[in-house]
Amino acid sequence: MAHSTTAAPSGSSQGESRRDFLLIATSAVGAVGTALAVWPFVHSMNPAADTLALSTTEVDLSKVAEGMAITVTWQGKPVFVRHRTADEIKSAEEAPLSDLREPTPDKDRVQKPEWLILVGICTHLGCIPMGQKASDPRGDFGGWFCPCHGSHYDTSGRIRKGPAPLNLVVPKYTFLTDSQIRIG
Amino acid sequence: MSAPAFNNKIIKWIDERIPLFTVLDHSTSSYPTPKNLNYWWNFGSLALFALVIMIMTGIVLAMNYTGHTSMAFDSVERIMRDVNYGWLLRYLHMNGASFFFICVYVHIFRGLYYGSYKAPREILWWLGLLIYLAMMATAFMGYVLPWGQMSFWGATVITNLFSAVPVVGNFIVTWLWGGFAVDNPTLNRFFSLHYLLPFVIFALVFLHLVALHTSKSGNPSGIEIKGPQDTIMFHPYYTIKDLYGVGVFLLVFMGFVFFAPNFFGEPDNYIPANPMVTPPHIVPEWYYLPFYAILRAIPDKLGGVIAMFGAILVLFALPWLDSSKVRSGRFRPVFKWFFWLFLADCFVLGWIGGKPAEGNYIPIGQAATFWYFFHLLVVLPLLGRLEKPLALPASISASVLKEKA
Amino acid sequence: MLRSVITSAALALALGASPALASGGAHLDKQSWSWDGVFGSYDKAQLKRGYQVFHDVCSNCHGLKLVAYRNLKEIGLSEEEAKAVAAERETKDGPNDEGEMFNRPGKLSDRYISPFANDQAARVANNGALPPDLSLMTKARVGGPDYVYSLLMGFADAPEGFKLGDGMNYNKVFPGNQIAMAPQISDDLVTYADGTKASADQLTKDVVSFLNWAAEPELEARKSMGLKTMIFLLVLTALFYALKRKIWKDVH
Repeated sequence: MAHSTTAAPSGSSQGESRRDFLLIATSAVGAVGTALAVWPFVHSMNPAADTLALSTTEVDLSKVAEGMAITVTWQGKPVFVRHRTADEIKSAEEAPLSDLREPTPDKDRVQKPEWLILVGICTHLGCIPMGQKASDPRGDFGGWFCPCHGSHYDTSGRIRKGPAPLNLVVPKYTFLTDSQIRIG
Repeated sequence: MSAPAFNNKIIKWIDERIPLFTVLDHSTSSYPTPKNLNYWWNFGSLALFALVIMIMTGIVLAMNYTGHTSMAFDSVERIMRDVNYGWLLRYLHMNGASFFFICVYVHIFRGLYYGSYKAPREILWWLGLLIYLAMMATAFMGYVLPWGQMSFWGATVITNLFSAVPVVGNFIVTWLWGGFAVDNPTLNRFFSLHYLLPFVIFALVFLHLVALHTSKSGNPSGIEIKGPQDTIMFHPYYTIKDLYGVGVFLLVFMGFVFFAPNFFGEPDNYIPANPMVTPPHIVPEWYYLPFYAILRAIPDKLGGVIAMFGAILVLFALPWLDSSKVRSGRFRPVFKWFFWLFLADCFVLGWIGGKPAEGNYIPIGQAATFWYFFHLLVVLPLLGRLEKPLALPASISASVLKEKA
Repeated sequence: MLRSVITSAALALALGASPALASGGAHLDKQSWSWDGVFGSYDKAQLKRGYQVFHDVCSNCHGLKLVAYRNLKEIGLSEEEAKAVAAERETKDGPNDEGEMFNRPGKLSDRYISPFANDQAARVANNGALPPDLSLMTKARVGGPDYVYSLLMGFADAPEGFKLGDGMNYNKVFPGNQIAMAPQISDDLVTYADGTKASADQLTKDVVSFLNWAAEPELEARKSMGLKTMIFLLVLTALFYALKRKIWKDVH
């Protein structure tokens, strides 16, 4: 709501400066008010209270056999829960950190080595990588393969090849019992 | 008007390709505006300000609204409870509708008093009436969206008006509903149109402004601009005056939004729509009440509907019904009194529209309806011929000087 | 000047006659509420007491389906208390991996689970009458909280000659004066944890306050933001006015 002074009529210089001061003060207060008024509009597009309240999901692991994986929904996103085989754990643990784009040891990505929990969203542009079903392509490193732009993830969900910049994200989760976890 | 010379190279470059800045300059800085506009002239810009508030809040509300009969009511309550600042946006939108109408009504009656509809401003007046009609449709459909009891029964009653049309009435109503009662298809199309129409209004406002800038602003004296001594620049004089108006407007508007947000509303609309039970008193929103009173004043279904629509349509002929050569009511000693009588008559109609159709309310409503049409169709044409207007001042600046003295 | 006075008076009249205020009815027992007025706010202890009345008495028949269990933390229930309340009732969820729908206890993120599965079940259990959901009760009646207070306190013996329907109760403010709900409020209906004496009047005021919070949980945020907004606008408008005076000084 600020306005220029170009069309100001002539007046005494003292009146002029007082008017300039008023103009600046008014413009400043008006600008602050406009900025404050914009915030409710912007903030209304952030997650609402009921959305925030739905932020945990519980998963029963007892039915996931070794070598199998399930996908559960958490906060509207797919979460991969994979019961890793001994070979998969071994290859994840033995991968040299120097080969990794985002070097993180496997032990920092799991709480129990046989259970790998990942947010199933490619860190490139948000597609869902394949590899959950036995028939899916799993990429060159036996983990996941993103069909959109060809990112390859290993059995720890770490990016190994392709355009994605980062490893698949490990969500916050806790083991409620040996066979049950709560995500979020 | 010649193109202004711009010093800034970028502005000049753009303006030579698309004359955005020339248009802006013509409509603000170098638009000569009568210097004697009083505060009643603020309500046009205030109405535009209200429209902008409605569109802005409406867009974010639509992001959280669900247009389905089984979810609409709860989705509105979710906005009120869970969406960040949802209550604020919804109360702004709810009360904004009333304040938009208040501004437009003041704007219209200002036009009626000062003869703003007279040549060469007939099309300007028509465009204003079209805006008003589009507002009525928009507000009506918006009121249906929360899917409360008043939403549902308001929609039922108003759409049933069209059943009064001979022969095809029932087909029209079924077509409007997309079913055999007001139901989900109706809600969905109302949502679609409620979102569309404000942009139609915006386009009409643009044309209204084009017409205004062609025929130039009227003024309280009703005499045309005769030279530069009669005018001042729109900017900064009227920009600051309009901003001051916006400040006062916001004070009143926010007072309602924050401290009496349901003042203009109906408690019944906080009860979810129930197609099996009609609330005991169905009343439309206050801004329709005068027309609702006219509808009910005629004891015949088709007649009532014709009278109601006629009450608005007759305003289109106003530039020719008012036969006086003098524009401003200020110089029409008899018209002045009839104007205030007409205004009072409209308030009476509004009051009757909110009352049940029983007892003395019926004859009062009929008398007020009669006077509404009598004023427009008989009084105004005769007055122009019979009334002896006061002497007009020589010019706008002369009238200003006289006022000061 | 005279004109604007007339106009604003006429406007005020027209607004005063607006339908929101016009529909009359029985005389309501106007109470003073803690949230009345520009500076009003809720009394947290009262809301918690009112919730106790709602929970122990009203919620056996009435729903509160727009309020979520998590919201109860806003009136002073602890996380554990709110979870316990949520778990008191079961809600349908599913399908599970076997494709079956199943019942599970309520969670904090659930909205208040209604006592009856649907309106028909509610009617069957209540002699054909439907106990309305109370989430918006104080906003959905003319007179608002005063109406609800007057209704709860408005039970009396039917005057002589008044024909009461079967299973109906006489009430001074309910439209038609007969209501299916039996009188509920009596002295010491509940025992307050905070030691407040549970008189009938106190109980009613508390539960109505709770219901008003349930209907307008945003009220406190609204009023405090309103005050700040008004002060800001006063300053801004004063500046606009001063600038307007200054700019227009040379005209005329």
